Amino acid sequence: MSIFGIIRIAVKSLARNKTRTFLTMLGIMIGVAAVIAMLAIGQGAKKIVDDQINSMGTNVIIISSNWGSQRSGARPAAGSGQLLEVADVEAIRDRVEGVLYASTIYNTWGRMKYEGNNWRTGIMGVDADYFFIRDMQAEKGSLFFSSDIENSNKVCIIGKTVADNLFGETDPVDKIIRIRNIPFRVAGVLKAKGQNVNGNDQDDIVLAPYTTVYTRLLGQHWRNMMIMVSAESKETINVVQQDILDLLQSRHRGTTSEEFSVRTQTDVAEAANKVSNTMTILLASIAGISLLVGGIGIMNIMLVSVTERIKEIGIRMAVGAGKRDVLLQFIIEAVTISILGGFLGILLGFGAAEVVGKSMKWSVAVTPWSVVLAVGFSCAIGIFFGWYPARKAANLNLIDALRYE
Amino acid sequence: MRLQHAPVVPWADSEERVVKDLLIKTSELSKTYVMGEFKVHALRGVDMEVSKGEFIAIMGASGSGKTTFMNLLGCLDHPSSGSYLLDGTEVHTISDAELTRIRNQKIGYVFQSFYLLPRTTALENVELPLLYCNKCNLHQRHEKALSAMRKVGIEDRRHHFPNQLSGGQQQRVAIARAIVNDPVFILADEPTGNLDTRTSLEVMAVLQQLHSEGKTIVLVTHENDIASYAERLVTFRDGKIISDVLNQNPHNALADLAKLPKLEEED
Repeated sequence: MSIFGIIRIAVKSLARNKTRTFLTMLGIMIGVAAVIAMLAIGQGAKKIVDDQINSMGTNVIIISSNWGSQRSGARPAAGSGQLLEVADVEAIRDRVEGVLYASTIYNTWGRMKYEGNNWRTGIMGVDADYFFIRDMQAEKGSLFFSSDIENSNKVCIIGKTVADNLFGETDPVDKIIRIRNIPFRVAGVLKAKGQNVNGNDQDDIVLAPYTTVYTRLLGQHWRNMMIMVSAESKETINVVQQDILDLLQSRHRGTTSEEFSVRTQTDVAEAANKVSNTMTILLASIAGISLLVGGIGIMNIMLVSVTERIKEIGIRMAVGAGKRDVLLQFIIEAVTISILGGFLGILLGFGAAEVVGKSMKWSVAVTPWSVVLAVGFSCAIGIFFGWYPARKAANLNLIDALRYE
Repeated sequence: MRLQHAPVVPWADSEERVVKDLLIKTSELSKTYVMGEFKVHALRGVDMEVSKGEFIAIMGASGSGKTTFMNLLGCLDHPSSGSYLLDGTEVHTISDAELTRIRNQKIGYVFQSFYLLPRTTALENVELPLLYCNKCNLHQRHEKALSAMRKVGIEDRRHHFPNQLSGGQQQRVAIARAIVNDPVFILADEPTGNLDTRTSLEVMAVLQQLHSEGKTIVLVTHENDIASYAERLVTFRDGKIISDVLNQNPHNALADLAKLPKLEEED
């Protein structure tokens, strides 16, 4: 008998049990929908991570020292080693080819006050180059200049969140705020940047000349220096990265490459993507388990169906159905259930991804390969879990099957 | 359609029968079931010949081996020993796949409890044997099934499900299914066992009509009344044939049907 004939028979007998067929499908449907939705959401998350990392500025290299991690015993926090010096920044800017800008960065925290208002946030001591690296502009007032850095002027630029919290409706420009009780003049307010990859508010920041921060705000034991560099082009960024590492090693005798962390944006993106990939894999494996359970559901129903239809199988065999015909009929029934479930699951997955995308304002992306994966997987499940019941049906003894009551 | 009326030959001198008319020949056909430690000899060496165009009733009480013999004749089971020649094929030597083909193309089955597929229309039930041979397309299948249904007078019920049909109608659908592939013989296993007298007669009338058109029919029954419509009576006891006689004067089912008192209402 032709395969199309068997498909017809299989579809007909499924149609005779519509409710049961649908309920059996449900397991596969939900599994496939979960896989599709998870992969789509994962893709969306990845895209967002990429976009935001790109928004950080172009071709950025971040350098910190891992010196602390080399020490046995009590370890200071990573990056707290005092290996890097301001002179390194000068050296990188002057001696490494392909470096556009380089800025010293000191990170610290502090409470700031303006009249009655209080706010606690991160304070970054930066070089004037930092604004170019991060592509920052002042929305009100101005940025600070090299002269401010040379003179360790007590000026700062505040983010929008800080401005809102300290000043409210008042114009902050040229007002004096007290950071850890030291008065700083607000030179300007930064253009809003929104949240970053980790969901942190990028506008909740205060920027000040690194010289001022170093002398006024940093304690003796907490000189957490980083260097941020922007390279001329994407193509040369890896060369620049290596050159910087080489230069730092030659400037600090007796150090190994492990003591410096020189990471590009791509490295950061990879780290972030690693996290989102882990999440995707985790969710996909949960979805995979639900597919497996759906498959077992199919096997269960097919077994019941075979037992229920022993007589039908006997009749079919008596009028000329061979073992192969019966085997194929039941496998095709299982595969039809799973493929149909798969297709409905794809639609459902599309829908779910769309809803999640809308509510979280993500651009979810259903990739063609996830559809192929889902269909292939559900087909395989049908064959795998349909095989045993179908074999049971095909191996029935004709007379016993015919006389079965 | 093979419209050939085979001459009814006396059976005592079977050696002299014309070979070309021979349809079925079994010799020393035996079947032994092993049930745990016991061996049940259901059939102990049966020799029988059937010519084309015969209408045979196989009789016997339960346990006589007639059902076992029917299973073997119908290629539903393998004999333990002996040989079975059906329409030129040595059935006892062939593979399962070939046996399936023979069941499909050479034998038409009519069972006591009809054995129609539930929730499947009468027409689709009749088409079933055609589905399993690759000979005809959808259109031809419909044509053949309808013509078989026409022959047994059930074509107006073609879109009904079995549970919407009376017992007599269901059995007629089953007979239509049996003849749809134009088999060399029809094997009817107690076809009237589940039916009342009137419908039994109707079914027998259909079988007699098919026989008159040249079909070979093997009828298995334990009822003498039903057997009396056949032309040859073979009786089994304890796994052997104990008598094999010609019914010189078979009853006519249509005539008997006319003699029954009229029914008040149609079913």
